[in-house]
Parts: sequence; C-alpha cells; structure tokens
Amino acid sequence: MTVLFGQLFTGISIGAVLLLIALGLALTFGQMNVINMAHGEFIMAGAYTTYVLQQSITGAGLSLVVALPVAFVVAGTMGALLEVLLIRRLYARPLDTLLVTWGVSLMLQQLARDVFGSPNVQTRAPELLTGNVALPGGLTIANNRLFILGLALAAVAALTLALRLTPLGRRIRAVVQNRDLAAVSGIATSRVDRTTFFVGSGLAGLAGVALTLLGPIGPTMGTNLIIDAFLVVVVGGIGQLKGSVIVAFALGVLQATGEYLTTLSVAKVIVFVAIVAFLQWRPQGMFTLRTRSLA
Amino acid sequence: MSGDRLDGLSVRDVRVSFDGFTAVDGVSLEVPAGDIRFLIGPNGAGKTTLVDAITGLVRATGSVRFGADELLGRPVHRISRLGIGRTFQTSSVFEELSVLQNLDIAAGARRGWATLARRRRGVPDEVAAALETIGLAERAEHLAGTLAHGQKQWLEIGMLLVQDARLLLLDEPVAGMSHEERDATGALLETVSRDRTVVVIEHDMDFLRRFARSVTVLHAGRVLSEGTVAQVQADPRVQEVYLGHPVDAGSAPTGLEA
Amino acid sequence: MTAVTPAPPSTAVDPAPVSAVPPSRPGGRPRLRTAAGFAFGAALLFAVAPLVLSDFRLSLLAKYLCVAMVAVGIGIAWGRGGMLTLGQGVFFGLGGYAMAMHLKLADAGPAGMPDFMQLYGQLDELPLWWRPFASPWFALPATVLLPMAVAFGLGSLVFRRRVRGAYFAILSQALAAAMVILLIGQQGTTGGTNGLTDIKGFFGYDLDDPVNQRMVYFIIAGTLLALLALARQLIHSRYGELLVAVRDGEERVRFLGYDPASVKLVAYVVAAGMAGLAGALFVPAVGIISPALIGIVPSIEFVIGVAVGGRATLLGPVLGAVAVAWARTALSERFPGTWTYLQGLLFVVVVAFLPGGLASLWALARRRDGSAAPARRGWSPLARRRAARRTEVPAA
Repeated sequence: MTVLFGQLFTGISIGAVLLLIALGLALTFGQMNVINMAHGEFIMAGAYTTYVLQQSITGAGLSLVVALPVAFVVAGTMGALLEVLLIRRLYARPLDTLLVTWGVSLMLQQLARDVFGSPNVQTRAPELLTGNVALPGGLTIANNRLFILGLALAAVAALTLALRLTPLGRRIRAVVQNRDLAAVSGIATSRVDRTTFFVGSGLAGLAGVALTLLGPIGPTMGTNLIIDAFLVVVVGGIGQLKGSVIVAFALGVLQATGEYLTTLSVAKVIVFVAIVAFLQWRPQGMFTLRTRSLA
Repeated sequence: MSGDRLDGLSVRDVRVSFDGFTAVDGVSLEVPAGDIRFLIGPNGAGKTTLVDAITGLVRATGSVRFGADELLGRPVHRISRLGIGRTFQTSSVFEELSVLQNLDIAAGARRGWATLARRRRGVPDEVAAALETIGLAERAEHLAGTLAHGQKQWLEIGMLLVQDARLLLLDEPVAGMSHEERDATGALLETVSRDRTVVVIEHDMDFLRRFARSVTVLHAGRVLSEGTVAQVQADPRVQEVYLGHPVDAGSAPTGLEA
Repeated sequence: MTAVTPAPPSTAVDPAPVSAVPPSRPGGRPRLRTAAGFAFGAALLFAVAPLVLSDFRLSLLAKYLCVAMVAVGIGIAWGRGGMLTLGQGVFFGLGGYAMAMHLKLADAGPAGMPDFMQLYGQLDELPLWWRPFASPWFALPATVLLPMAVAFGLGSLVFRRRVRGAYFAILSQALAAAMVILLIGQQGTTGGTNGLTDIKGFFGYDLDDPVNQRMVYFIIAGTLLALLALARQLIHSRYGELLVAVRDGEERVRFLGYDPASVKLVAYVVAAGMAGLAGALFVPAVGIISPALIGIVPSIEFVIGVAVGGRATLLGPVLGAVAVAWARTALSERFPGTWTYLQGLLFVVVVAFLPGGLASLWALARRRDGSAAPARRGWSPLARRRAARRTEVPAA
C-alpha cells in the first residue's frame, strides 16, 4: 500500500513538471497550432534567469520569488519576438514552423553555451524547499516537488481563469475558434497572436525556474523536455487545457509505475507504446474541438 | 463507360449530431436512378452535412442505400469504390499535378500495385473521353493549379466520371462561375445524367430552375418540401422559410418567389 | 471571371491529339538524359573522387554519402509524401546496430563475445537476441528489413488513424528519443552511450587497410546510385503521382476510392529501408554506431540537408545532404560554435524563405533562361504558391 502511494506521488510529481512544461505549449501549440521547438530554450532561459539573479540576490528564497516574474517576462519577450519575426510568416505551414523554430533553438543553445559555458551549472534552492514532508505511513514528499506541484496547479488555475474571464482570454478563444470571424469582428488577431505567444512562452520561463529546484541546468536542458511536453498536448487534445492537465498526470504516473516495475529506459518505451495505442483509440487526443474543415 | 447499372439513392431517417447539436434530424429522401436532384435550403439547413454522411465523412445513424448497397458504416474509400463520387464547395483538385495526372489518379483506384509501380504511358481511354467531355483536352498537360475557377470545377466533375461514379454528389458546383460557365456546367450535368444519378447542392435559383429535374428543400436538418421546381416554388412553407430569414437573403435565392 | 488564367508559356506549343503520348513524357531523349546523368554521377563517384581525394577525405565522403542515402528516403517521405519524419535516426540506427552486431561477433570469433560485454562483466554468455546476428544471412537482410518492419508497424497504426502533420512529426521524434534511452539503458547488451565501437573487420577484410576502406567507399557509392535509381522510378511512377496527391489532398484522395494510409505507408517504409541500409554501410565506413549518432538531434539534422537541397526533387536531398555534412566538417573543425549558429541559421533561412531549397533557385534560373521547363516540373512548394497566387486573383 505504501509502495503504491509512494509511486503515485512520484508519478504526480513527474506529472507536475510535465504539466508545467506543457502548459505553455497547450497555449501556443494547442490553441494556435504552432509547433515551437524553441519552447525548450525558453525553459532554459527561465532557468538561467534564476541563475543570473542569484549572482546578485544572495537570499535563495528571495531570488526564487523574484525569478518567477522576471523569468516569465524574459521568456515571454523572447517568445513574442520569435512570433513577430518568424512564426507570423509561417502560420499556413506548421511543419515548416517546426523546422524553423528548431533552428532558432539551436542558435539559442549555442548562445547559452557562449554566455554561460557548456557545463551545467547549479543554482541554490531555498532552505525551505530542501527538506521533506513526512506523511503518515512512512511516506515522505520532497518539499521542492510539492512546490512544483503547487506552482503547476496555480498556473493552470490562473490560465483557466484568464482565458475564461479576461477580455484578452475571450479574444484568444475567439481567434482560436474562428480566426476570420474574429478578425472581421474587430479583433486585432495579430496582436492576440503575439500576446498568446508571450503568455505561452512566459509559462515556459516559469517552468525553467521550477526546474532549477530539481537539479543542475544546462544549455541543452530543453531538448529532452520538449518532446514529452509535446506528447502531453498531442494526447490531451488541441484547443483545451483540461486534456493536457489530465494527460500530464496520467503519463507521470505511468512513467513512475513503469519505472518501478522495470527500468527507467523501458518505462520510456512503455509510455511511447501507450501513447501510440491511445491515439489508435482517440486520434485527435482526449478532448477536441470539432470543426467542419476537411483537414 | 459506366451506365450498365443505373441506381437510385435511398436515404432513410438519417441523423447526424455534433456534440449535442443535431445537424441532420431524420432526413428521408428517394432519388430515382438518372435524376438530377437539387438540394436547397438556407445556410445551416444540413445540406453539406447530409452529403458528408452519405459519403462517410461524418458518422450518421439511419440508412443510406445506393442500389442494393448500404453505405453507412463503411469507410470513405470503400463508399467511393461503390460508385459514389463527390465534389467540395472549395475546389479540391491536386494543384501541383497536371490535369491529366489528376484524371489518371481518379481513374485508378482499382489499380493493383504492379500498375502503380510503373510509369503512366499514354492516356487511358476513359481519361481521354473525360477530357473531351469536360472540354479540357487542350489543357491536359497544364498544372491543375493554373486552371480558372470554372475549369477546376469541371475537372472535378471529370474526375468523378473517370472514377466511374454512378452517383454524383456536387456541392455548389457553379458558385463563382460566370454565366457562360454556368450554362456549360448545366449542359455537362445533363450529359452526365444520362447514365448516372446526380445530386446537386446549389444556391443559385436561376441555375436550379433551368437544370433541376426534382428538388428537395432542407430546413433545420429536416426535409421541408420536395417535388418539381414548380411544386417547391409554390409551397408556402418554403416561401416562409426563405422570407422569414432575412439573414439568409444574401445566399438564398433571388427570385424564388418570382 | 472567365478565361483569366494566363496560359503557362511552356505547354501552349503542342495541341497534339489527347491520346497521343504527352509531349513531356519521354520516349527517347529524356531517358537518354537520365542515363547520361547517372553515367556522369557514376564517373564522378567512381573515378574522379578516388583520384583527387586523399584516403582520409574519401572516407569522409563515404560517410557523407551514407547521410545522403537517408536524405533520398526523406525526400520521398517528406518532400513527396508530406510526412515530416524526425525519427529517421531510429531506422539508421537499427540498420547500423544490426550490421555492427554482426561485425562485432565476427571480430570476436565463433566462441567469443564482443569485447564490451566482457568489459562490463555482467554476462557469462551471449544474450539470446544477439545470436542470430552471428549469421550474415540473418544480419544483412535485417539491416534493411528490421527498420522497414518497425516503420510498417508504427506507420500502419498511425496513418490508419489519420495521425498526421505535426502529430506525426512529434511521434516520430518521440520514437527516436525512446530508442536512444532504451539503448543507453541496456548498457550491458548494447554498449550504452559508447555504442558499438572499434569494429575491425568487414567480412574478412581488415578495415584499417586503406585499400579495404576504398572498397567500402565503392560499395557505398554504388548503393547510393542504386537507391537514386529506385527513388527516380518511384517518383515518376503512377504511385509517385498518387503520393503527391495524398500530400496535397489526403481527404480528396480518399474520396477517389484510395486508402491514403497505404499510400503513405509505402513511402514511409521505403524511406526507413533506405535509412537502414545507410546505417549498415555507415558502420564499416566509420567503425562505430552509437546513440549519439541516431537520437533526436541527428535525426532532425538528416532533414536539414534535404531542405537545403530541395525536398521535393530527386537530386536536391543528396546534394544538400553532402553539402551540409561537408560544411559541418569543414567549419566545426575550426570554429565549433560558429557551425551551430550557422546550422540554426540554415534551418531558419532555407525553410522559412526558400522552402523549395536550392533546387527552386535552379528551376527559377532555368525558367529565366527561356528554356521553359514543362509544367509538370513545377512541383516545388514555391511553384505551388506561385500557382496559388496566380489563380487567387480572379477569384477575389
């Protein structure tokens, strides 16, 4: 029983990281159908932002608190720039967008290498987040994992509310559902696109800050994360957040269970097979907005 | 070419719903073999969705029979092989292939892999005949993407001919065409219907009056009226639907009441 | 709204009866030109290159030609079929590992075990799944059939459920990630991160001997030419036309009575086989196969050469792949960082602004020349957009 719960918590905490990484993609890929391979480098940018801030702010706790909004803005600005300079020209060619943003991601990685050096660097975690919480039954949960879970859930809640309640959120949803109609209804779709990209990329920045709590950070940290995150959105379904949330945790638990029963590497394969099998059943993902178009 | 078997279309109590919204709500209609049936109705009446259901693009309940074959429940390409062909509102020829290649592909669904692996040499007879029928023989080598709008629509019809479709479902074939092109298209439909059954979705009332042999009016997913052009025009329910929906006036039919 | 479309200049010349052989569909001359092209390529690869290049450069060229084989496959799957496969490294790796396993076993002798297995010391005897690879009759076909089988398995599941476009690209990339993690995780039997290294012999020939290296080069060059001939036949066959139709209108093709899934599956499986063969030949040429050569990053790097050369053409992918691989060696030796920037820039500039690759520049130049290419040549995405623009105007 304890083992079971232990695995469940491990799975949930893997899922929380996945969710935090995938949330920005749920916006840019899920809502705008743009495959931004440089998303992983926005995560990296968030992580390095924390690292840089710690050079001047000595208190690890304070620097973390400051890093969250700063990383959001830094990564968000990078995303908005990318949208304006490149992605905007490529909306009709999603596969080409993928390749172009991959090129951007290569350049950003090299930039990080040139600025911060190739070896990974370590940031300091606040005292408060280094311990464990003991639960009845001999279980422990690491504080940093708990923090990430909280951050992920808070980000989901904030994003959901923002999409539902703010005028910007309504505009984003309008553009997602019918771009042309939104445009003729007086919505400046290009500005909405830019803002959506800012927010989606900003969320990647938050994920980057969170990841500094889990281990060292480096120039290529984004590459491996990004694929899992894309899979979350693919399986979760386009156009809605709830699919990504459910799938992130489901994949996390599957990964943890698979790892417990076999090995890490076999678990990865199990997850991949499970995803292909799931897409047999629901090729459009868990939730989907129906459209009438042929494609 | 085809025509040794002329079949009719029989639609019984077909329903289609998307996430709770019922787009087609129990439509039944009979299109006798060799008919040119026009489907009309205000936007959102369910015309295109009905054709989608017949061709397997959307899931539906009820029954659709063409000749002896039940169509519902089969995958799109199987339905197509039973002799059902359709066009789309937006032209969907393969723009980067030549007219000839477009037709050759349409003619080839029954080819085996051995034929597919070889080059096309010369022009198959049915393709040559279709090129003549649709009047694009001179343009056979041109990329389909360079054709004028009307010509693309004809190419689509030509593709249905070589595909050996015995039921043609045409979604707004004359939208955006000039008068001359409309006349040519109408004449083409009459030629084609000699050994085929044709169903046309169309908003153009002038075109309808000249070429329809029978008309079905759909409204809100149901059959509102059915009969000859004159019968349908005289039907007060039809007039009410069109006149009662001023929003639809643009797309609906000038002169239905005339 | 009537005849607004300007007639393309090239085809207006020949109002021949429709059922005659179409003018641009070759009887004699273009076939002759193809033969001449192949002869030229063969002369270049078999006579000129071995004469002017040092042994070292020639072995580098052998490596590039392997990359070019993968590119030929990607050109078919992506350029013609619209399937952006970001996991060709998996197939390259399957072929490479199958070959390397056989060569390692051959090096070790009939009773022996590969050196690394003894090094990690966990195994007393050869794992079961290694055993068949001792026989060349199993291992050699496996280098091609194994990747094809995996592609068939994944493809038939995925295409039938209409998973396509970006979804497919991401899945194929995830496959590469999973494969690499699996290889690294099973270090005892796969060599882990190091991969299978230090391969000494190739069917009895010592790979350290330059003469034998040269032989390997000739095998590779010959294979590439054979694959090009195969690709050419495929592209110009009815199937090739159908594949383009599926790329541009999958649903439309379905309504014509075809199952697009099978059409795509063939291209994907063929591309996988080509990548597998490339991987198999890469091993004797370079002497190593490892996860670093087949993961996410190398898999997507296979694509860049194809994009640079011209994804939808026959020769573009080959030339692009060789050029990019060559530039990489030349630059990264001297300025490692610069190459990464340049590679990134290549992705951005070529894909965003020249989607037809260098081949589209070539086609453009020829059209300016006045020697107008026949209409069917204009298959590049650039031509597609041009065509689209031409027809949009009157419709507005």
